[in-house]
Amino acid sequence: MSKTASKPKKAVAKAKDAEASLVPIFVMGKRYEVPASLTIQKALEYAGYQLVRGCGCRGGICGACGTVYRFPGSYRIEVGLACQTVVQPEMYIAQLPFFPGNKAVYDIETLPAVGGTIAALYPEVFKCVGCGTCTRSCPMDIDVMGYISKAIQGDLTAVAQSSFDCVMCGLCAARCPAEEVQYNIGILARRLYARHLAPKAKHLAEAVKNVEGKKFDKALQELKKKDLEALKKIYKSLEIEPDMADESWTPTDKSFLGE
Amino acid sequence: MPYTPELKELIKKVEKTRPARVEKKRKGEEFPPMSLEERKAILKYHPDFKEDGRSEILVGPDKGYRIAKEMVSLIHAKSRLDPEAVDLTRVDYETDILVIGGGGAGASAALLARENGAKALIATKLRLGDANTMMAEGGIQAATKADKDSPYFHYLDAMGGGHFKNDPELVETLVVEAPKVMAWLEKQGAMFSKYDDGRLKAMHGGGTSRKRMHYAGDITGAEIMRTLRDEVKNHPDDIQVLEFSPAVELILNAHGACAGAVLYNLETEEYFLVKAKAVVMATGGSGRLHIQDFMTTNHYGATGDGLIMGYRAGVPLRFLHTVQYHPTGAVFPEQAEGLLITEKVRGAGANVLNIDGEQFVYEREPRDVEASAFIRECLERGKGVPTPTGKFGVWLDSPMIDVLKGEGTVRKEFPGKWILFHRYGIDITKEPMLVYPTLHYQNGGLQINQRTETVVPGLFVAGEASGGIHGENRLMGNSLLDVVVFGRIAGCRAAEYTKSAFKDGALSLDHVRAYHQALDNAGVPVDGRVAPMLLPDYSNPEVRKKQLTTKYHGTLR
Ligand SMILES: Cc1cc2nc3c(=O)[nH]c(=O)nc-3n(C[C@H](O)[C@H](O)[C@H](O)COP(=O)(O)OP(=O)(O)OC[C@H]3O[C@@H](n4cnc5c(N)ncnc54)[C@H](O)[C@@H]3O)c2cc1C
Ligand code: SF4
Ligand code: SF4
Ligand code: FES
Repeated sequence: MSKTASKPKKAVAKAKDAEASLVPIFVMGKRYEVPASLTIQKALEYAGYQLVRGCGCRGGICGACGTVYRFPGSYRIEVGLACQTVVQPEMYIAQLPFFPGNKAVYDIETLPAVGGTIAALYPEVFKCVGCGTCTRSCPMDIDVMGYISKAIQGDLTAVAQSSFDCVMCGLCAARCPAEEVQYNIGILARRLYARHLAPKAKHLAEAVKNVEGKKFDKALQELKKKDLEALKKIYKSLEIEPDMADESWTPTDKSFLGE
Repeated sequence: MPYTPELKELIKKVEKTRPARVEKKRKGEEFPPMSLEERKAILKYHPDFKEDGRSEILVGPDKGYRIAKEMVSLIHAKSRLDPEAVDLTRVDYETDILVIGGGGAGASAALLARENGAKALIATKLRLGDANTMMAEGGIQAATKADKDSPYFHYLDAMGGGHFKNDPELVETLVVEAPKVMAWLEKQGAMFSKYDDGRLKAMHGGGTSRKRMHYAGDITGAEIMRTLRDEVKNHPDDIQVLEFSPAVELILNAHGACAGAVLYNLETEEYFLVKAKAVVMATGGSGRLHIQDFMTTNHYGATGDGLIMGYRAGVPLRFLHTVQYHPTGAVFPEQAEGLLITEKVRGAGANVLNIDGEQFVYEREPRDVEASAFIRECLERGKGVPTPTGKFGVWLDSPMIDVLKGEGTVRKEFPGKWILFHRYGIDITKEPMLVYPTLHYQNGGLQINQRTETVVPGLFVAGEASGGIHGENRLMGNSLLDVVVFGRIAGCRAAEYTKSAFKDGALSLDHVRAYHQALDNAGVPVDGRVAPMLLPDYSNPEVRKKQLTTKYHGTLR
């Protein structure tokens, strides 16, 4: 086997300091001792796993590392993101790196932005039994059952807003007795809402018109021709919008604006 | 892990100076920003200026160029493949456009390739969307408000941030395309934060003269990425996605054009051949190389693979001598180490303070200047706050935002960070955060022109893998913008190329043979090292010592 070039030494050195307090964990039933300060993700690596599945951003936003665990003496299945959850002694861990959830295929442009669209694409939404398992399973503390019930009512705006923090980890879907794929319902609602229901940014349309009309091309050509000193001078003299200014702020010097 | 009693004691100093600082902020009195001369002087504390952190490239188009050792080590490694072992007549996948990398640039390229009538195949290392794009929090710059801003100002800010070294043509494209990109994203159904009348909310970022950083809560990149991913998945007939299948080498053809790549199935360990009429390289950044041992904000797969593959195929590198360290990475608690605390926290008014609770730098300097000031405060002036793991940090006074802008602002504007720290027993609405620079962005990369073309026909590059747009230092919010602007252009141009310029020819890995030969000729000690790296190795050395048979062939090694 060849070595990979330039191996980072960092994680290794860190693990050393913490060796003093090792705790036992069970990875898919097998016992390992790992430093108590590590997240589940780093603990798996410490135990000797080279992660391929179940590891993406390492920062709690990509949803690749959904994990289920349980403590001895308890029947409760708990869940979390492996990169965000610190190990605890005696936890039994299994990762859930992939969930074969159903996703509808659609054309966002022509899809009607009405409540019935969710039901049309995901008719199983009506099978929700209101058990609340999804809400209890969500590592992002989202009221998942709440947005599914809004989906049943056809309230796209509410679904869009309340599912906004979803990292699409699939933990809710994995445990849902009604086989909902909540996160795909969430993104459908968000896209429909943002595309068709949210108020349009009119200033954006104007800005697009300006650049399409090549309104700044001349000014930019001239800037590009400027020598370094001249450019620096202009840069230094730019009027800066104050931090505390509100939306209505406009610069005193109106040259080179889009209006 | 909540703050230790020692740290809690130090926080009192921050609280003591807070009322006066809030008063000043209210009056618009800022800590004096540095002059261009002062900025230049402080940069000597920046890791880029540490001469022994670099070494010289000995082969290829940029022979003699000095960049980070960790990168040179990869450039000086051999291919994972023995070219003799690859049967180039057995093609596993054929497509019009191969997109390498499933981040923001890759997804945008595939979507635009499709719009322009080409079939695309996205090969990506982890899952589609496991990418730096997913992690961007702060926002995306675009001059969308004609009453106060325009591409003219955006251009100047981007140039100033990049030390005026940026490629002016690329910057022009960036700022002129920006409003169109925002409109495209809005049309895809990305949920940007808006006022009730539809006006896009916007903030300052370091080095912006106008508030033009648009955002979607504090998960802007995730919102863009998951929307684009969903859209890619809406076109299964035109865009095929291969996950856990990183590219390890480009394939050229008899005409010297790029004509595909070799992929590696991370699970079955097979290598696959993809034949394509054009290739878009969109592999993103390289934070996981941990340059100079810095912690990083980047995702697990950010190992600079595209640089290596592109360089072997003959594409020059630009601006790789500079690496961006984000000034505010978490240094406490240890579990959150390296994670980004978005610049928006400073944009929203939070001061940066030393161990005495005193300001020592204006909080919205460009990133390299800001990071250098932190390093000087900690390492030279000895005014850093010591952490329990023996590191240093400075305070980022988040509670000040609630005082300035009303109770609840921090929780509303930074829900992700609030939860993160809350999990560890820290309430950032009451206690400041402890931060230090963290390896964040690969300022440079493969050389492209405005059309994302490289010197190799049929090879296009977009996103963080490319170099030149941001000069020596990227401003926050210009990168999410760049990946969509140039990702879209790459998709368009590649589609056009497949129809107009593409010429079929026998596939070849001769460039790899030649590269190996050059390494040998230059006497580079390769020591069995291979690149691209694909994934960093965080395994336990004690465990490795006991893995006695990893060199065996067969499924159980
Ligand atoms: C924590 C964080 C916060 C940020 N915040 C902001 C911000 O607020 N504003 C802003 O403008 N920018 C921000 N950035 C920068 C910005 O997000 C990235 O520079 C940008 O998204 C890069 O996009 P990309 O498509 O080029 O690369 P990525 O999004 O990283 O995508 C690259 C893809 O290529 C894949 N890949 C890598 N190697 C291979 C291979 N060999 N074969 C196949 N696939 C491969 C990767 O797995 C990944 O999927 C931030 C970055 C980070 C890390
Ligand atoms: S809603 Fe479901 S998929 Fe989304 S974060 Fe919560 S558990 Fe994960
Ligand atoms: S887990 Fe399924 S059935 Fe139970 S509340 Fe959630 S969506 Fe409904
Ligand atoms: S690795 Fe991305 S959420 Fe854990």
